[in-house]
Amino acid sequence: MLTLILSRLAQAIPVLLIVGLIAFGMFKFVGDPVTIMLGTDYTAQQKVDLIHKLGLDQPFIVQYLHFMWDAVHGDFGVSYRLARPVMDLFVERAPATLELAFCASVFALLVGVPAGVYTGIYRNRPLSRLFMVVSLVGVSLPTFLIGILLILIFSVHLGWLPSFGRGTVVHLGFWTTGFLTTSGLMALVLPSITLGLFQMTLIMRLVRAEMLEVLRSDYVKFARARGISNRAIYFGHALKNTLVPVITIIGLQIGGIIAFSIVTETVFQWPGMGLLFIQSVQVADIPVMAAYLMLISVVFVLINLVVDLLYYAVDPRLRMSRGGKARA
Amino acid sequence: MNAIARAWDSDVLYSFRRTPVAFISAAILLALVVGAVFCRWVAPTDPYDLASLNLMDSFQPPAFIADGTAAHWLGTDDQGRDLLSAILYGMRLSFTVGIASVLFAVIVGVSVGLLAGYSGGAVDAALMRLADVQLSFPAILIALLIDGVVSVSLPVAVRDSVQVYVLIFAIGISFWPQFARTVRGSTLVERGKEYVLAARVIGLSPTRIMLTHILPNVLGPVVVIATLTIGLAIITEATLSYLGVGLPPTQPSVGTLIRVGNDFLYSGEWWIAVFPGVTLLLIVLSINLFGDWLRDAMNPRLR
Repeated sequence: MLTLILSRLAQAIPVLLIVGLIAFGMFKFVGDPVTIMLGTDYTAQQKVDLIHKLGLDQPFIVQYLHFMWDAVHGDFGVSYRLARPVMDLFVERAPATLELAFCASVFALLVGVPAGVYTGIYRNRPLSRLFMVVSLVGVSLPTFLIGILLILIFSVHLGWLPSFGRGTVVHLGFWTTGFLTTSGLMALVLPSITLGLFQMTLIMRLVRAEMLEVLRSDYVKFARARGISNRAIYFGHALKNTLVPVITIIGLQIGGIIAFSIVTETVFQWPGMGLLFIQSVQVADIPVMAAYLMLISVVFVLINLVVDLLYYAVDPRLRMSRGGKARA
Repeated sequence: MNAIARAWDSDVLYSFRRTPVAFISAAILLALVVGAVFCRWVAPTDPYDLASLNLMDSFQPPAFIADGTAAHWLGTDDQGRDLLSAILYGMRLSFTVGIASVLFAVIVGVSVGLLAGYSGGAVDAALMRLADVQLSFPAILIALLIDGVVSVSLPVAVRDSVQVYVLIFAIGISFWPQFARTVRGSTLVERGKEYVLAARVIGLSPTRIMLTHILPNVLGPVVVIATLTIGLAIITEATLSYLGVGLPPTQPSVGTLIRVGNDFLYSGEWWIAVFPGVTLLLIVLSINLFGDWLRDAMNPRLR
């Protein structure tokens, strides 16, 4: 177990160093901080002094290590656009993104699992067919289009739900939450559905396929022969055995939720980290871009580590093959 | 003539004739592609021709609504641009970026996969490790980051004019690992077969063995994945354009049109966003259904 964690971490470090190099490269090759800071009127000596003060006369590798050292300590400099420390901006916006991602995951699970069970048990009912058609459209519709259509129907035409922002938020220390006010909860509905729809269809199809598989198995037939109620068979015997792949998929899909939160946040003008990133790209706010790049790669390295460990915990065959020949 | 008759009788085309979903999706796709390729003749006006724009015509609703005019079937946008024409020209860009980026991904992925599968050892391990690392990030995130970083690095003056190539590069790079892994897997199998050993015995160079002997035998699955990836690439392009880091409004793809239309949703001009959206849905749905059918038809075990 420990060797697995260590070997995964050893693989993660080069990835993070390369991402850091890309982030640093943006600083190095885009724009010139010296001319920006000096303005138009300066002497040659002033320029040399400033270059020396900023450490720009040092070798590339020294500057790079310096940059990484600061980054590890959470210092990504100051945003060009908002003139505030980048780290503060991220800390401020993290709750919005995390609450949205959480609600989207809950939505995907609470709708996806029952819908999958239903379509697995009653394959030929009209409602099952409807679910399957909706899921096909859900997979083919790009996230932003789903968001636009939901806004058009529920905000513009029906006027039931807000179309942008987080509503009223409550401050709890450094955390801001939309869970405690009605307008905050209303504002969460459409973005969560938009972000979670793809994951929901994925979970539904997965649960359905697994249910079909399990219901054909001998132990379910045996349970039926013993006269156990349908309810106990479906939920006690069948559903339990479908949950292992579902848990793994959910772990892997957290990455997808983070990636697509950029899109959802833009559609709904949701004040999270994804929207911050997109606004920064549009005006070439390099410190924010570099910080986002590095934060997101750390998150992904962690997700992959956790998913690997989950596989390891769930599937005993993996434990056998380690140390043997490499994966095929 | 004989060849055509033989092809008509082949398994794949037989299945095509017998599968309504395949037939209908192919027909829709063909209609969309023809409309996009010949947009210059099909479209009522040229959306790039500024002289044809008339601000007096702006915000015309589509023809089937009470206030609509027959001159603009799908209505006009805020600039008075005919929406049908803009969509046809936009589709051309969407298809171009989608197909070109997948071609780019295929070229990179197939080369890497052949090289890794055929050489084995450290080269294989290094290349596949790279592919694994990239696969652990969602493709759209990679495309977004590359697109963002590259367009920021370019001088403002040339940014708009090279944006198409930046997008093709960014999206292509984000999709290469799937192809590399598939091709590597098949190459490993083919490498041990007699015809490859024979080619080695007669002293052919590794490059020649890879390109003329192994390559044709590993391309089958690549075609299927490429078809489905074109749909994904078009979605990715539309998403990037919608986010404002893709194609500029002066050169609108379907995604850019949706971005423009998004601003008018609240004021009642829904058609500016909805018609490009429906077009995108039609494109992606028909590609996905066609690709699914192709995957099943090319896999003899599923029959």
